[in-house]
Amino acid sequence: MLSKAFTAEAWNEAVAIIQSEFGLAVWETLYVTVLATALAIIIGLPLGVLLVVGEKNGVLPLPKWFMAILGAFINILRSVPFLILMILVIPLTRAIVGTSVGTMASVVPLVIAAFPFIARLVESSLREVNPNIIEMAQSTGASPFQIIWKVMIPESVPSLISNATIAITTILGYSAMSGIIGGGGLGKIAINYGYYRYKYLVMFIAVILLVLIVEIFQRIGTKLAVKSDKRLKNK
Amino acid sequence: MIEIKNLTKTFNARNGENRTVEALKNVNLTISDGSIYGIIGMSGAGKSTLVRCINMLERPTEGSVIIDGVDMGALKEKELRAKRKEVTMIFQSFNLLMQRTCLKNICFPLELVGVKKADAEKRAMELLEIVGLPDKANAYPAQLSGGQQQRIAIARALATNPKVLLCDEATSALDPKTTHQILELIKDINKKLGITCIVITHQMSVVEEICDRVAILENGEVVEEGEVTDIFSHPKSSAARHLVYPDGGVNPDILALREGEQRVRVVFNGAVATERPLIAQLAIDLGIEASILGASTKSIGERAYGNMILGIMGSKEKMLRAKEYLEAVPDVIVEEVENDA
Ligand SMILES: Nc1ncnc2c1ncn2[C@@H]1O[C@H](COP(=O)(O)OP(=O)(O)OP(=O)(O)O)[C@@H](O)[C@H]1O
Ligand SMILES: [Mg+2]
Repeated sequence: MLSKAFTAEAWNEAVAIIQSEFGLAVWETLYVTVLATALAIIIGLPLGVLLVVGEKNGVLPLPKWFMAILGAFINILRSVPFLILMILVIPLTRAIVGTSVGTMASVVPLVIAAFPFIARLVESSLREVNPNIIEMAQSTGASPFQIIWKVMIPESVPSLISNATIAITTILGYSAMSGIIGGGGLGKIAINYGYYRYKYLVMFIAVILLVLIVEIFQRIGTKLAVKSDKRLKNK
Repeated sequence: MIEIKNLTKTFNARNGENRTVEALKNVNLTISDGSIYGIIGMSGAGKSTLVRCINMLERPTEGSVIIDGVDMGALKEKELRAKRKEVTMIFQSFNLLMQRTCLKNICFPLELVGVKKADAEKRAMELLEIVGLPDKANAYPAQLSGGQQQRIAIARALATNPKVLLCDEATSALDPKTTHQILELIKDINKKLGITCIVITHQMSVVEEICDRVAILENGEVVEEGEVTDIFSHPKSSAARHLVYPDGGVNPDILALREGEQRVRVVFNGAVATERPLIAQLAIDLGIEASILGASTKSIGERAYGNMILGIMGSKEKMLRAKEYLEAVPDVIVEEVENDA
């Protein structure tokens, strides 16, 4: 079966598909990934901040019941497998986007899957901030909001960038999966040609492109994280 | 003036047991304006807790802290934050914002109160001048030595023109030479700007170098308080003696106790004692021979301080005679060393 994938005929066919469909697919993949990541950060970042500052010994202690509900909410969303989540949120997707299939529709489950994950990543980044520095800020008379904006977030920027890189590459993987519910992009091509029509060569090329995009995101992210970190002396 | 009245702080033990830790027990201190006040004690004595109670980073369980007539504990959160501009703090680990330049670190407290960027930076440059690092404005803390980082931290603490500077082990992470320079800077600031400084330390040398008065804290209690020179010459509590004598005094365990040996600790509190060949006098006048098992002395100002452990062979009565003889010498204190010590 696989030997058929590399015949001259298969090559010609693949080249034709690449020329006609891959440009759009790459664009859709990038577009969906970046948009979903951005929206997930908008929701996940404040929640991650709350998870840290709202603790009993945090800079802005919040009621215990609130923290318990927030934690449980995030954990529940995180433990639903993405494939199932995509199906579960269909009504919500319809309500927001107007349809439950297509590229835009795939953004909704992606954001819902990603923001709890991002909240946890933000939480772990903020926990790395030296508590002595927070105490310094308190002793200087900073309000809780000033501590969040001027100390906790700026001090953890390198770690936040590293974690944003993890988030975007993970979301890229999910977005490929959303090809199943008709989300566009390289995932859709891989599934449509590879799974439904046995055109393995096309699937391989789509996968290789996904790997390349992950690699590019990772490199850029690592560079930015290192570049932003002023704790490193020898630069 | 800072008045600390009946200050008590009780913590719940960290490991979740129902036990409590009394970090401070009924502490009473009065610190006058413009002075450099030392608070010294061993690790765990409650120094950090005390200093954190002064600016209410830690709420006292009982008692009050009154700064210039204002009861710190009675202030609302917002008022307290405003008051903290007047009572600033420096730390053992400097606690600079690592992702900000030195200039921006010094601007930090000014930003918090909404000073315009240009004005804040101008003030920060003046402060860099004061702490002697005008060329480090655009450097990041990681590029600075410990001593330089502490200078930046001091500049930051001065930005809001405070009346009181709290220094929690500010030199404990520095080598002796840098420690000296930072202490000089603190002294300078105290003199020129009239800022009251409260210096927390576990090193007597720090107190000796810059403090006017000192309180000795042991297990959360003030066991001794007074002028630094008085404490040095007449340390009354055992905690004070431990601190005054270098290396915590001579350790009586240095040599195994010989059969029939009595030991005394001789404490010198002035130059007179060292001018006379005491041990020789003891042998000549009383016929008692004493061997020096260990000694540790130093001079402070014109006086010498220190202590030595003497071993005397013979009965307890013989030792007591020697003790009486030595005690007759001005500025000498003699105490028996318990044999099982
Ligand atoms: N938040 C806390 N919870 C429980 N116990 C505490 C807390 N903070 C301090 N303690 C206890 O209070 C006592 C005094 O601590 P403190 O930090 O004030 O000592 P210190 O004199 O500053 O010591 P060091 O020289 O080691 O800094 C210690 O027994 C400590 O374990
Ligand atoms: Mg301490």
